Amino acid sequence: MRNKFAETLYECARNNPKIAIVVADISPAGSMEKFRKEFPERFLNVGVAEQSMIGICAGMALKGLQPFAYTIATFSLYRPFEFVRDDLGYQNLPVTVVGIGGGVVYSTLGGTHHCQEDVAIAGAIPNMSVIAPCDPSEVREATLYCTSQRRGPVYLRLGKAGEPVLTDTALDPWQFGKLRYLKRGTDVCILSYGLIMKQAVTLAERFETAGKSVSVVSAHTLKPLDRPGIETALKSHRQVVVIEEHAPQGGLAAQVKQIAWDIRATCDLKTFTLQDEFIHNYGSHADLLAAHGLEVNKIWQSIGLG
Amino acid sequence: MNTVTTFDATAARGRCRQFRRRILDISQNVTALHVAPAFSCLETVDLIYHGLMRWDNGHSPDTFIMSKGHGCMAQYVILESLGILGADDLAKYCTTNGRLGAHPDYGVPGIAASTGSLGHGLAMAVGMAYAEKIRSSDGKVYAVLSDGEVQEGSTWEAFMMGATLGVTNLVAFIDNNDFQSLGRTSDTHPSFYPLVDKFVAFGWEAIELNGHDADGLFKAVMSREGTKPMVVVCKTVKGRGVSYMENVPIWHYRAPNKEEYQKAIAELSEVSS
Repeated sequence: MRNKFAETLYECARNNPKIAIVVADISPAGSMEKFRKEFPERFLNVGVAEQSMIGICAGMALKGLQPFAYTIATFSLYRPFEFVRDDLGYQNLPVTVVGIGGGVVYSTLGGTHHCQEDVAIAGAIPNMSVIAPCDPSEVREATLYCTSQRRGPVYLRLGKAGEPVLTDTALDPWQFGKLRYLKRGTDVCILSYGLIMKQAVTLAERFETAGKSVSVVSAHTLKPLDRPGIETALKSHRQVVVIEEHAPQGGLAAQVKQIAWDIRATCDLKTFTLQDEFIHNYGSHADLLAAHGLEVNKIWQSIGLG
Repeated sequence: MNTVTTFDATAARGRCRQFRRRILDISQNVTALHVAPAFSCLETVDLIYHGLMRWDNGHSPDTFIMSKGHGCMAQYVILESLGILGADDLAKYCTTNGRLGAHPDYGVPGIAASTGSLGHGLAMAVGMAYAEKIRSSDGKVYAVLSDGEVQEGSTWEAFMMGATLGVTNLVAFIDNNDFQSLGRTSDTHPSFYPLVDKFVAFGWEAIELNGHDADGLFKAVMSREGTKPMVVVCKTVKGRGVSYMENVPIWHYRAPNKEEYQKAIAELSEVSS
């Protein structure tokens, strides 16, 4: 994801002199080095100084540039939170705050590097949009959107590197603010976003093996959430499953439940999220997710068809 | 384009006297205002608008950020005198039908950035000044910070990055009135003062001057070396111009009653130091 982001940003920066990136001491991955060499005046490193990263991006945007703030998610959003809120949200500036390692993908680095509440926190800021692509292809689409949009600030939640492509056969194009069906079925709908989409796809295969017709949906734009799209999904499937790599509060699961209540949905709705806990585990990303209960076998069992 | 090369200090003193009077008048309509913090930086803000920024038909290529947002009454009355804000705007200050609050809001004419939370303005000013440079524009950026605000870590992050980026088109003024909410800033952190050597150590051209002597400030800025961003530590008096407000913390956020107002109006004179 990092590489696809860097590659896309570099490509856009070649044609758009307004694009700039302000990083906080994070080593430039992939094409970021090309960006840095070719456009040194538009690649800024503030060092370990995240508040100024956001403030400087705000100043640049106030002068008409289209800046990206870029570092590890906990440091791009949590550390300078009030700057994100006041400088970007309150002033409604088209700055993209890129969070690398959203969720618990930094699985060996401990809780300081786990970004498990970011969708709720960023989404609570007025004017802020929240996008979490599920694979490198969606990263490209989301980045293209962020380089050209003038709507306001965006929190772009990315993973790390090496994620598989999951959307090559998607039925819908990527569109900001719209659910995207990767598969369309009639019995079960699995809603997910971000890295854990991989597990959502595996879960869909379990359902299919059990004879169910399954929709798999990428809810890549968490804010503004595609409310009509969620309503349709709740109305047109007998069973809806939400899987997300985020705290139970303020993410996709909580919002889908709220919409289900509002429309008196009659489908069976089950949600699977990270726990509301700091988990002191280390290991692979899958190990961390499993420690939070997000493991396909376990989800399959608790759905009750296993 | 009106590029200023001289500064009429006599006219400035007259203007600032009128501005103080205007702020006192407003204080009789709305009590939610910071009189004393506006009075300490008034000469500086007036100098920025009338001595440093270039103007062409009400528009300037230069930018001013009131980083100490609570000093915004100084900015509002000056924007009114320039015709950028109307008398009606000030009449509706802090009322439900108005657009001016006790901190400046981006989107209001003449307001380049929303401030009010301390420690935000300098980073935005650095970003703006840098954007001007890479756009090959000759726009200059001026910012007024409070001395309490210099305690924010984010302010030092911005000083650090301002020097690294070499934003020579940025001049920051510190309104060093030596007061913050809980008392004197120099009592809060005694070893933090004097400030100038800290700024020099961070790579800025820095000077300390009397912040009520606009002529002295003007000469210092106009004769700066210009190879680094500049910071001017303005030694000021909180509440300057009204004897009973000067250096009395309660006037940070108190509006004078009718009797106090009359006393203030009666004693208003021109401030030059």
